[in-house]
Amino acid sequence: MSLKLGVPSKGRLMEDTFEWFAARGVALSRNGNAREYAGAVAGAEGVELVLLSAGEIPRELAAGRIHLGVTGSDLVREKLADWQTQVVELAPMGFGHADLILAVPAAWADVETLDDLDAVAAAFRAQHGFRLRIATKYHRLVREFLRAQGVADYQLVDSQGATEGTVKNLTAEAVADITSSGETLRANHLKILDGALIHQSQATLFAARTADWDEGRAARLLALKAQLGLG
Amino acid sequence: MATKAAARAVGARLLAAFREAGALEVEADILQPAEALLDLYGEDIRARAYVTSDPLRGELMLRPDFTVPVVQAHMADGAEPARYCYFGEVFRKQEHRSARAPEFFQAGYEVFDRADPEGADAEVFALFSGLLAPLNLAASIGDIGLLMDAVRGLDTLPARRAALLRHIWRPARFQALLAHFAAPPAPSASRVALLAGSAPRAHWVGLRSSADMATRIAALRADAAAPPLPASAVAALARLFAVSAPAPQALAELEAIAHTMPAIAPAVARLARRLAALAARGVDLSRVTYQASHGLGTMEYYDGFVFSFAAPAPGLPPIASGGRYDALTAVLGQGRSIPAVGGVIRAGLVADLEGAR
Repeated sequence: MSLKLGVPSKGRLMEDTFEWFAARGVALSRNGNAREYAGAVAGAEGVELVLLSAGEIPRELAAGRIHLGVTGSDLVREKLADWQTQVVELAPMGFGHADLILAVPAAWADVETLDDLDAVAAAFRAQHGFRLRIATKYHRLVREFLRAQGVADYQLVDSQGATEGTVKNLTAEAVADITSSGETLRANHLKILDGALIHQSQATLFAARTADWDEGRAARLLALKAQLGLG
Repeated sequence: MATKAAARAVGARLLAAFREAGALEVEADILQPAEALLDLYGEDIRARAYVTSDPLRGELMLRPDFTVPVVQAHMADGAEPARYCYFGEVFRKQEHRSARAPEFFQAGYEVFDRADPEGADAEVFALFSGLLAPLNLAASIGDIGLLMDAVRGLDTLPARRAALLRHIWRPARFQALLAHFAAPPAPSASRVALLAGSAPRAHWVGLRSSADMATRIAALRADAAAPPLPASAVAALARLFAVSAPAPQALAELEAIAHTMPAIAPAVARLARRLAALAARGVDLSRVTYQASHGLGTMEYYDGFVFSFAAPAPGLPPIASGGRYDALTAVLGQGRSIPAVGGVIRAGLVADLEGAR
């Protein structure tokens, strides 16, 4: 029986994934019609390509509906509770790099570190009557990070896009978001806090623990790993 | 895992005992407004409570505990003194895989009484101790108010004391702050420049104002000018936090510490009265462990006496726990407050233990 490999269905992430596999002798391709989410695999026995939204790949892996999947390590950690019990990291792929960081207004000259942020959160709550708001879509990662660091008196507000704009729009005091160059942060008058690198993300090949590995699929995985040079 | 019927049977028995002790049975809605709970507990409650939404009433939480609604009801229209009991399910998300159930039954008993706080502490503990006696549980007590008094007694800036008090429920952060105040790290070049009066100019965005920042910079200057916390004070706190012994020995140790730490003397005297009240109610104090740091790292509303009863099996949550939460009544009382103490017993776990015997 074949292994289902979930790959992001479009854009740079898909192209880089195709290149990564191609460099290891496995040719992934999308069917001729660019609107059709189906593809083909050449060069590896019994591997079936499934094109999916990168954001849905963690969930499909956790449900065991795909055996392998390529997605950002940040998305797996954010979307799956106890992710290590649900998926195995087979290989970091060396592209799609992005850092999940905390940023505050650049004008906050008195805030350089998490200690400062914590102290300012206490004063902000006393002054304004509500907890300092941090806009993010990475609720689990940010909350676990701030809990481990012992930061208090903040609240997370959901922001699914244009997160850097929330401070100027007065819907948040700080943001936790993915950045690669930091340009969007600077353009929105924000700066990255020292010691607040929450996660360094990159595209990663994962295997699903709960998928059906019977009927020869486990052996197929071993063969594929050997072919991909993953020992 | 006990069946719901078994847990309900235990709950009915506990409620009967609580009513016998003079408590009025109360109910609380399962759907609670999220805002009050979030404001009280912070972001951590979002990780622990099930949040749902109502088209008209906004964000709601499935009741993560009874304490908040019971206190709210009492502060709204309760007569004094008051004793309440309740029984029902509470709901807690589990972020990690474990055998812990996301919904379980709590039977609770809460006392709102100004007259004799130590007597009320002893009343709740002795009541629980008697009900749980057949299960041979390990009883631990502590006193977060005593630790807070020790911090309030530190000879240092009020802002430093406030910062330490704010983090008393987060032990790692508390210790880091203490170390920072005792041996401040060398400031960064930009921090030195900021304190010298040269804030870099940048476009201002956001709700926090430049006046807010000026206040903080003044506080940073005061902190930089203040002498570090003496190592002896840090060592004395460490000794205090490490106390862990059968209650009578712990009291003797705390009395000895109070000689050099007068700020805790009133709290130690209250502990002596509490232990005497427990003994008068028939509690064998030699089998009760006093742990100074007990109750830290849990929900941050206990600010006095705290207790728990634990089963020997590792990995089980406490079978029963509780404590004093005077400050919570002030937060929820809109200007009024009343000393309050209470606790909960997890009826399903009691049924499990009884079934295993």
